[in-house]
Parts: sequence; C-alpha cells; structure tokens
Amino acid sequence: MLRHFGHEVVAAVADAPALLAAVAEHRPDVVVTDVRMPPGFSDEGLQAAIALRAADPDLPVLVLSQYVEQTYAAELLDSGRSAGVGYLLKDRIGDVSEFVDALVRVAAGRTVVDPEVVRQLLGRRRDPVQRLTPREREVLSLMAEGRSNTAIARALGVTEAAVAKHIGSLLAKLDLPPDADDHRRVRAVLAYLRG
Amino acid sequence: MPVRNVLDALTMRPTRFLTSSWPWRSLAYLTGGALIGIATICAVVVLLAAGLVLSVVVVGIAGYVATVLSGVAVGRLERWRMRLVDHAELPDPHRSPPAPGLRSWLRCRLREQATWRELGYTMLSALVLCWMDAAVVYAAVFVPTSLLFAPYYLYGETSLWTTVPLALCTPFALAVGAYPVTAWAGARAAMARALLAPRSDDTDAKLVELTRSRARLVDAFEVERRRIERDLHDGAQQRLVALSMQLGLARLELPAGSPAETQVAAAQDLAKEALSELRELIRGVHPKVLTDRGLAAAVGEAAGHAPVPVDLDLRLDRRLPDAVEVTAYFVVVEALANVAKHSEATRAAVSAGLIGERLHLDVRDDGRGGADPDRGTGLVGLADRVAAVDGTVALSSPPGGPTLVHVEIPCAW
Repeated sequence: MLRHFGHEVVAAVADAPALLAAVAEHRPDVVVTDVRMPPGFSDEGLQAAIALRAADPDLPVLVLSQYVEQTYAAELLDSGRSAGVGYLLKDRIGDVSEFVDALVRVAAGRTVVDPEVVRQLLGRRRDPVQRLTPREREVLSLMAEGRSNTAIARALGVTEAAVAKHIGSLLAKLDLPPDADDHRRVRAVLAYLRG
Repeated sequence: MPVRNVLDALTMRPTRFLTSSWPWRSLAYLTGGALIGIATICAVVVLLAAGLVLSVVVVGIAGYVATVLSGVAVGRLERWRMRLVDHAELPDPHRSPPAPGLRSWLRCRLREQATWRELGYTMLSALVLCWMDAAVVYAAVFVPTSLLFAPYYLYGETSLWTTVPLALCTPFALAVGAYPVTAWAGARAAMARALLAPRSDDTDAKLVELTRSRARLVDAFEVERRRIERDLHDGAQQRLVALSMQLGLARLELPAGSPAETQVAAAQDLAKEALSELRELIRGVHPKVLTDRGLAAAVGEAAGHAPVPVDLDLRLDRRLPDAVEVTAYFVVVEALANVAKHSEATRAAVSAGLIGERLHLDVRDDGRGGADPDRGTGLVGLADRVAAVDGTVALSSPPGGPTLVHVEIPCAW
C-alpha cells in the first residue's frame, strides 16, 4: 500500500526485537509499528517505539493501535524530543490517502493524534472546554490531531484567517500561551487536554 | 440516625429517649439477666453435685457433660433475649450435626469453639455479671420507690414538709436513673454479642470451601475473558482492519464518484462501524490497559468514557494482585454506569488508596441518592463480585443524595 504512494518499505518485521534490529540496520525515515506484537502480545510494540525514541529522540514513529485508551498515546507523546510521533487507530488505515498523509506528517516531525483519542481527551476535560463555541471545539479537535492551520481551514471550509482567529480565542479561553509555531501549540493543547 | 439498639437510644434527644420504651426494655433485660444468672448457678451446682455423687457409677459423666452444655442452653436464651435491647438478631453460631441422633449431636457440640465460648459466657455471667445486673436493677427500682413512698413510711418521724417534696422528686429520679440502666444494658448486650455471635471459624468447612470455589470460578471467568479479548483482538479485529484497507485500496483504483466507488465506500463505512462496535465490545470484555498499566490507568480511561465528569484521586504506588485490580476496576465501571443511569448527577468522584494491606475505593456522586440494592441496580452483582475476593461493599445513598459506594478489598501479597 505504501509503495503505491511511492514510499519505500525497507523492512517488515514480526516482533519487537527484530524491529529494534531493523531500525539499527536501515536508519529509516519513519517507523510504523503496532502496539501489540509477538512474543507477548501485550504492548511490546509501544515499548519498542519508546525505546527507539529514547535512543534517537528525533526518530519519527507512528504507532498503530486498536485502543482508544489515551494512556498509550500519552506514553508515546512523552517519549523522545516531542517531535514526529503519531498515534492512530488501525481503523484509519482504511482511509488510505489520509493514512499516508498522516505518515508523511509524522516523518516530517509533526505530531498526529487520532481523532477518536482526541474526542476522549475532550470528554475528560469538560469544564473549560464547555466554554468554547461549537466551532472553536471543532478547531480544537483538529488542532489536537496535529493538523496545520491550512488543513483545518480546508477541513472546515473556512479561510485561514478565520481559523487563526478561532485558535487565538480558544487558546485564550483555555489559558494557553499563544504560539506562532503550530507544532509547539499542538503539544500545549495535548498537554492541556491530558490534564 | 436510625435507632437500632440501646446504645443508639442513649444518643436520642432526652425527651424522646425518656418517653421511648428503651429504658423499660433495658430494665427488663437486666432483670432477666439477674434471674437467669441465679438460675444458672443453682442448675450448675445441682448438676455438679449430681456428677460428683453419681461418679461412683459411670453415669456421673453425664452430669459434667450437662454442665458444659448448659452454656448452649444459656446461649440460646441470651440470643433470644437480645431482641429486647437490639434490633439486629444474633445468628446461631452452631453447626448442624452431620447425622441425626444424640451421639452425633453431642460430638458435634463438644468439638465446637462456640460451645466453649458459651460456657465461658455462662460462667462469667453467673459469677460476675448477673450480680451487677441485680445491683443496677435494685438501685434503679429502690431509689425511686423509696422516694415515692417516703411520705408514707416516714409518717410521724419526719414532717411532711420534707417528705412530700421528696416524693415529688420521683419522676426526676426515674429520669436520671434511666441513663445508667440503659447504658449498663447496652454494655451487657455488647459483651454478650461479642461472646455469643458466630465467628468466622464457626462456619462450616463447606462454606469456606464454597467461598474458595467461588473465588476460583471468578478467576477462571477472568482468564476466559482475557482469552476472548485476545482472540477478538488478534482475530476478528485484524481481519476487519485488513478488509477496510483492501476496500480503501480498491477505492483508489476506482474513479471518484462512480457507482462502484460509492458502493465500495459504503462497504468500507460498514467495516469501520463493525470495527468500532467490536472495539467497545472488547473493552467491555477485558480492558487491555488494566493488564498493561494497572488499576489507576484503567480507572482513568473508564472515567474518560463516563458520560458525567469524574474527578480522580488515585493513590496507588504499586500494582495490586490481578484479582483485586479486575474486581476494583469493574466496581468503578459498574458504579459509574449506575451514576449515569440512575442518579442524574452532574459530577462523580473516584478515589482509591492503600491503607495497610487493604485497598479502599470510593465512588461518589452528587445525584439524587436513594440507590437501593434490593431494586437490582447492579449493586447486588457488584457486592457479589467484591465478596468473591473477600472484600466488602458499603453503600450510603440517602434520598436527595449524595451517594457513596465504599469498597474495601484485602490485598494478599
């Protein structure tokens, strides 16, 4: 599937130790792994991803998971140098072009979080989030998923200026510092949502 | 506060207490205690003497055995009398004999701890307590009576100016006397309860075995749930993901908007719906995060899924035994589901911590209260689950709220 979009898959491995070895050998641009891997089928894949990022904080890793549980996402986001991480539900693989797009964004050092996980995070921090207008909440969700202003504007069918305005007002409502660098802003939003 | 026994009665408003039946019940209880004690002394003396006299022949042993067993009779009488001063009934601590017939009954009774505790109680009450009962009753009856009749029997000795006011003091003396009488009756009943109530070692070995087998059943059930979770995750769910991906790839090959592409898109949506339903199902069967990260993380996730906002205060610095974690997790999930279904609460709070070797877990809400285990709101199932790991559930849910479910589970390491 990835080849279809012109990416080269340098290695496909079956378990966590093999993954660590393959990364050491190929120095890939981005690693895609499942949370659950042999031999133990618990969370070896996630642990391997965290170990990889501990060894090389700039290595982009996209973790695919069956679980909305944000505990896993949180651990991943806290690993490495807070750049180039993605946590997506496996369901997203079906939206082939979106998935590949997310992969490219992770490889480019951005943060991507699954909308489903973001929805759950929003559910946890109800009180201040309640004060947002529905439109601001939409913008916040898209922001937390790691999308750029341009992408948010496209998704909502509004101008980029309008998106910037919404972002400014929602950051103010949530007491978050305005930040021109939208990557750092995403991290702030995620950190806020995780409470 | 509901008044369940005499000690509770002492905390009532004095006006209510003095007009209630409690002081009279206490007096009756103590009078009975004194009489039974004296009767016991007579009976035991007679039995021992009979044993002594008859020990020349073998039958004498029966006298001694009867002495030992006098405790059983007294214990039964005491448990029955207890209802005068305590609404909570005392269950019988004795096992039922394994076979009919006097011999098996005797063997069973003489082997039980409860029998010997009852004998101890009987001796204690005959030698010490019954005399104190008698003293309290005597004082409680004598003082007001002598005051009341003072004008009569002191007539001619003392002027009426002194004796009539004394007689008028009688109600006051009664009121003052009601308190020590009731207090002593309460203390006496508490002592009786401590000695005569069943203890865990009185329960049948069968019952212990039953509890163990229930715990084993719960364990087996849990193992099975994990297996189902794994099978669903590694089987059906992966296939659905693969299906969705194949459909996605097929869509790329088809011209956008063509009838075929629309069909494939619809099929892909169905696959996605199936996936998210399956995901919810799997979480209900066994939450993976509980196995991987422990109770605090899993409860955090459960709170995230709850429809009302949940404040968390989880102080768990280590992983707990599997059975405890699973039970505690399902307690929280069930309690939060109840909050959402019945309470109309706007907030809930979950707190947990280890105190000594016990996990304490509280789930509160600010809803309308009135939760009733008898109305089958899942509370009974919850209590059963907790009981299987030797834990306890306490529920406080007055009408108007707030509701608190407090669970304690021992953590055997």
